[in-house]
Amino acid sequence: MSEILKALAEIVGENYVSYQPEELFFYSRDPGLMPANKPDFVALPKTSVEVQEIIRLAKREKIPIVPMGAGLALTGLVIPLKGGIVVDMKRMNKIIEVNEKARYAVVEGGTSQGFLKSYLEKNYPRLRHSIPDAPPAATIASNVIIHGQGRLTQQYGFNSDMVCGLEVVLPSGEICNIGSSSISSDWFSKGAPLPDLSGLFLGWFGTTGIITKVGLRLYPKKKMRDVEIFVTDNENLVPDMVYEITHTEMIEDVLIFTQPLPMMFKDNHHVSFYLTGDTDEEIEFKRKMVWKALEGFIKSKDGGFMSIPPAMKGSLLEMPQTSASRLADVKKGGGFEYSGPIISVERYPECSRKLVEMSLKYDLAYSGMVRIIGRGHSMMFGFAFTFNRADADMMDRTKKALEEISYYVLDIGGVYWKPTVAEQKIAIERMDPNTRHLMRTVKDVLDPDGIMNPGNWEVY
Amino acid sequence: MRYEEIVHRCFRCGYCKLAGDYSDFNCPAYRKFMFETYSPGGRMWLIRAWLNGDIKNSERFQEILYSCATCANCVEHCVFTFSEDLVNIFIAAREELVSTGIIPPPVRDYFKNISISGNPYKEPAEKRGQWAEGSLVEEYKDQEYLFYIGDVGSYDERGKKIAKAVGNLLIKAGLSIGILANKEMCDGNEVKVLGEAGLFEYLAEGNISLFKEKGIKKIITLDPHSFNAFKNDYPEFGGVFEVYHYTQIMAPLMESGKVPLKDLTLRVTYHDPCYLGRHNGEYDAPRRILQSIPGIDFIEMEQSRDNAFCCGGGGGNFFTDILGGGEESPNRIRVKQSLQTGASIIAVACPQCAKMLDDAVKVEELEDKVEVLDIAEIVGRAMA
Repeated sequence: MSEILKALAEIVGENYVSYQPEELFFYSRDPGLMPANKPDFVALPKTSVEVQEIIRLAKREKIPIVPMGAGLALTGLVIPLKGGIVVDMKRMNKIIEVNEKARYAVVEGGTSQGFLKSYLEKNYPRLRHSIPDAPPAATIASNVIIHGQGRLTQQYGFNSDMVCGLEVVLPSGEICNIGSSSISSDWFSKGAPLPDLSGLFLGWFGTTGIITKVGLRLYPKKKMRDVEIFVTDNENLVPDMVYEITHTEMIEDVLIFTQPLPMMFKDNHHVSFYLTGDTDEEIEFKRKMVWKALEGFIKSKDGGFMSIPPAMKGSLLEMPQTSASRLADVKKGGGFEYSGPIISVERYPECSRKLVEMSLKYDLAYSGMVRIIGRGHSMMFGFAFTFNRADADMMDRTKKALEEISYYVLDIGGVYWKPTVAEQKIAIERMDPNTRHLMRTVKDVLDPDGIMNPGNWEVY
Repeated sequence: MRYEEIVHRCFRCGYCKLAGDYSDFNCPAYRKFMFETYSPGGRMWLIRAWLNGDIKNSERFQEILYSCATCANCVEHCVFTFSEDLVNIFIAAREELVSTGIIPPPVRDYFKNISISGNPYKEPAEKRGQWAEGSLVEEYKDQEYLFYIGDVGSYDERGKKIAKAVGNLLIKAGLSIGILANKEMCDGNEVKVLGEAGLFEYLAEGNISLFKEKGIKKIITLDPHSFNAFKNDYPEFGGVFEVYHYTQIMAPLMESGKVPLKDLTLRVTYHDPCYLGRHNGEYDAPRRILQSIPGIDFIEMEQSRDNAFCCGGGGGNFFTDILGGGEESPNRIRVKQSLQTGASIIAVACPQCAKMLDDAVKVEELEDKVEVLDIAEIVGRAMA
């Protein structure tokens, strides 16, 4: 062990490696409900070459290596299930390039969402990226590696669809560029017109390599932004409403929330949609188009626009929404966890009913948080429960509710998003055998020693 | 432990370690060490682990707790309802460590020196007022204001110069002030934040008793740390006084033109002291003074006001130096941030910040590019 420690210290500097109980305790868990497991070391590299050296060391010594961004997935993806080295990437937080005219940025693998947002606001006010509602400390690389979603997901798909190139350190220790940057100095594409190799890394949770640079597409940032909420008490109509809203092609983002508190929200479904524009006329035109699209629901008295109080509007317009994090302390207990399957929008009614059913069965406070992906191509339905970290029974009930939901969502056609290890196993079992075999082959080729975030996406 | 009922409520979302605009890490301890354990959220989780017996009191744990600069960036940016108590929680955990008697040696020595000598410098009380020799400032008799200096202004060479500059300025502005000289006692702010609640109580009661005995009703402090203790902590012990930081008294006087000034062609930026800014909400008074000086080109640092990056001297680190050292030490980062403004002067309103930033300028070998001056020293130059 001391030889490994010494080697790590030589790579990253002795101040940036630890095997102390304090770091081992903290880095053995995430804020969610998954059981803890201690790493042997925590290392904080500063460069791709340092990451490369760490991987070579891990390969030589056959010890596991677990890359970590902010550790905010909640599903235990950065918990070192088999010990080894946790590689905290946050010292690699430089914004390397912004190509304004080609609308992309290249950032280091530990760069946070907040850094990029702030940097663009100050230096490129006409550009933006698809920021998720995770806390701003969440890193861009970890978000795309879990196929995260963000503010532009209704328009452009998963945030991983907006990747336009990667630099990856492979389990062999080679540094590899993916996409146009493998040939060109420009990072405009993660694949096309070449074979798209980004799929070997996106969605793999660091089991096939460590992302040290991300090229990310940027999009026009309009001067103005507003939000409207269309409310209905009939969950069966929500898919139709989403269909009409997305048909207008006038919308930035569509979120749906349903929750029992405060009382004004109870039993209602709030389809919130965001409008952007460079002028009042542009915003008003878009607003009118959406209002017109929803007119039928108003006439049939199935829904109506909610008057949004200024404080609430301010909160809804935040990017990221701090209210998403505040949910953790609803029970004055610092915890929330959600199962967020990607599923057809048509499944909204049954998902929302299941959410209420589970909250009653397990006596939990709930929130349904939905983000529309693409033009209604799918949605992330977040079955979210808040829990008190000091209440073991409540934590246990939350786990049970989420486990039950895990099976439920597969049964109704959903696919897990950022699945826990248990969910990964269920998914692999249900997967087409040929797909499973292909995954196994990819993993065997890229990581024959099984050192990369072992325990995750283990296909046998 | 005090606040034990809150510790488990941290979600470790990380808002606490960022600036308000997310542009950078703004927690000085996290910025230096970069392990999550040194962030406010990490500290919360480790305190809980320690209380639950999952980790033990160790040198590392002590370093994690004592590297907190109590700068309150976390208080400002945490999104939860308990945010106001974050620094209090870290202080409470330090109190628990102190009660075990196992604390970092520099912290132990700090307490010892305060207990034995009444100051961290192990200097005799007779030397407390020596800085005032050759100044216009006299001992307190029945003046309107007590001018309270504090340990750094009384004993530190840089601090003494600032004390003299502020004292002379107050007198020239026509204020009736007096100092306690060798009767002045440590205000106890750092004793409290380092976790020695008993010693703090002793100091607070001693000071309150002395102030009352002297008939003191109004206090002007040199040091924002003293200002904080008198304003926020002394009332709990019956010490209710009219307390001002010197910039608060001077700002309206400067704006009224009572202090005649000549043009000073300088580009100046200002570093907000945490105990004046985030802890007490006073961001404007120092700026008003600077902007009242003709010729000054005042420019803000990107990280200013409630987003100011701490110099690293708070939370007792000025004396214990647990957070100092190395390229990533907060004072060196702060000086580099100030350089981005193109200013040739970093204005400060705290002798601890002055010393911290002065040291960083020297280590970075930037003496020919930038100078650290207290606001009173800048005004003094404009008056000369």
